Amino acid sequence: MDVLVVRNVTHDAQKAKDKKAALGTDIVIENFTKEEVNAFDVLDDINDVDKKTKRTLLRVGVDTESDERSGSFLQMDQSNVFSHSISDSIELMNTQMALEKYSWLKDYMWNAVKPDADKYTAQTALREAEEEFCSGYFIRSLPGTKEVFPVQACMFIADQDVMQTAHNIIIAEENSELHLITGCATGEDVSSALHVGVSEMYLKPGAKITFTMVHNWAEQVEVRPRTGIVQEKDTTYINNYILTSPVRSIQSYPTTNCNGENARALFQSIQSGVKDSIIDVGSRALLNAPNTSAEIISRAVANDESKIFSRGHLSGNVPNVKGHLECHGLVLDDDSSIYAVPELEANAANLEMSHEAAVGQIDEEEIYYLTSRGLTEEEAASMIVRGFLSMDITGLPDELAAETQRMIDMSLDGM
Amino acid sequence: MMLLEVKDLVVEVEGKRVLNGVNLAIREGETHVLLGPNGAGKSTLFLTILGFPKYDVVEGSILFNGEDITDLTTTERVQKGLGVSFQNPPAIRGVSVRDLLKFESKQDPDEELNPRMQELAKKLKFNDEFLDRDVNRGFSGGEVKRSEILQLLAQGPLFTMFDEPDSGVDIENVELLAGELNVLLDKDKKPGQRKKAGLLITHLGYILNFVKADKAHVLMHGVIACSGDPDEILEDIRKEGFNGCVGCAECNS
Repeated sequence: MDVLVVRNVTHDAQKAKDKKAALGTDIVIENFTKEEVNAFDVLDDINDVDKKTKRTLLRVGVDTESDERSGSFLQMDQSNVFSHSISDSIELMNTQMALEKYSWLKDYMWNAVKPDADKYTAQTALREAEEEFCSGYFIRSLPGTKEVFPVQACMFIADQDVMQTAHNIIIAEENSELHLITGCATGEDVSSALHVGVSEMYLKPGAKITFTMVHNWAEQVEVRPRTGIVQEKDTTYINNYILTSPVRSIQSYPTTNCNGENARALFQSIQSGVKDSIIDVGSRALLNAPNTSAEIISRAVANDESKIFSRGHLSGNVPNVKGHLECHGLVLDDDSSIYAVPELEANAANLEMSHEAAVGQIDEEEIYYLTSRGLTEEEAASMIVRGFLSMDITGLPDELAAETQRMIDMSLDGM
Repeated sequence: MMLLEVKDLVVEVEGKRVLNGVNLAIREGETHVLLGPNGAGKSTLFLTILGFPKYDVVEGSILFNGEDITDLTTTERVQKGLGVSFQNPPAIRGVSVRDLLKFESKQDPDEELNPRMQELAKKLKFNDEFLDRDVNRGFSGGEVKRSEILQLLAQGPLFTMFDEPDSGVDIENVELLAGELNVLLDKDKKPGQRKKAGLLITHLGYILNFVKADKAHVLMHGVIACSGDPDEILEDIRKEGFNGCVGCAECNS
């Protein structure tokens, strides 16, 4: 049976290895090089990374010195250089090690994300088969545990023109609570690279996961994360995404499957497009069981010849489900654009779905009001944009909420 | 010493003439009242003095402290000491009252709000939670007015314009608000020591029971139809409405 599954994954991946993604500019994968899985030495302590890297990591919420973390994971290019959990509630290791430790883990691989979704997932699957090694992290919160401190995980690209792949598996066992901060960043000398991260999350009955992701890539990096979530009954999934720095292009559409009764999902995202970035980010919730609900909230600001596609898709597939989608966008110059695509799909009677989308420029009245208090027009515009983007992220424990607010502030300061 | 002088001011808004040669002179220490029917151009005069871009000065000039400020930006005028409380200010998402108060009182945004402002906020019945709300978002009429006055107290302008500061305010809060208006107008000082001045738009004149004005002006059809003692003029308007001012406006235009 297991052999058959593996063979099917490879078989499916093989067929899809050149399959263009449904969205986003097509990337020629062959232009990027594959680093070996042991190109970098393992660190004894995450604090052993050099000062520059430390600062870079901090900007994406990965604090190498903080004691308010339950664990840390760091992948450089294809090498897992650090992985350690200090919490009794949480298991953390690289995916390969986890696969060797747990024979059951195979059943979770390529379940929430399909290997033949597009060429990025396919090439990740083929690389795993070819190298007989699976990069990425495995995080599992044990049944009934509630660790308040977050696990931090970082995908770091250290070399030019690298194609980094990762296959992350996150499992929140029954009635457990798991908080994650994931940061992605590039080294100073890197201008161009490709990142493909496959993330599969599984929430067992009564579990809660909060997943807060901050991206800070170099200007010529192509980013194609592929994220799938499976929620069983009475689960809560909260996804926060923050991107305020330039990138060449990013396309992602994390999708949650609310398969169990009373499953609830919340997606909150803050995107600021600068320097010709093409940002195509969506959130999707498939409401497949009674009393499931989802909310998608996004704020996007396009500036400096950037282009943002702000997508959202709610699909109600059984009666008695609820969804709301809210998308607000500001376009700051004539060479930038925002394309808001809110989609509501109702496949049953007696369900409730709504959306609210507004895209426009900064209201002049607001600028004038602030100038009448002594701000210059530039200061006023910047205050309004910051305010617009600094939405209250909800659903996090107090410690993490404060931390996330700091992360948002820091991202906005860097704008 | 003359603080604000408006000379033969002709103003167009989107090509339409709204002010037709307005003259006004306000000395330091003085408080003037601007009366007039809806659409007479009261708010236009305010916003022109403030320098909002869409108010196009076709003729005339505005002098502040003897200096011609007609061509300055709003920001520059405010930095020189002009201030205004709006009747219906816009709500701004994500910008809190606290953020603004810090800017207006020239404080470091990363530091806590200074004790003086905290004290004043309390006096104007704002709790800590309120200061973190987005400015003007979901505020009641009275909250808007009190927040405007609180911001002006942070700014400390030399010359303040108040657009209907008491509209929508509960009777019991008018007196509270008037107390702070008097501070902004130096009324808490002896007449000889007053440096600040102001101009007040009011419809009902109720606030004038608590804020003593030196002079009233009636704006009709884009000109000052008459000026004089506030009590007398208000008395006339209460009796005859603005009808009695029509003739005067025609003579003055």
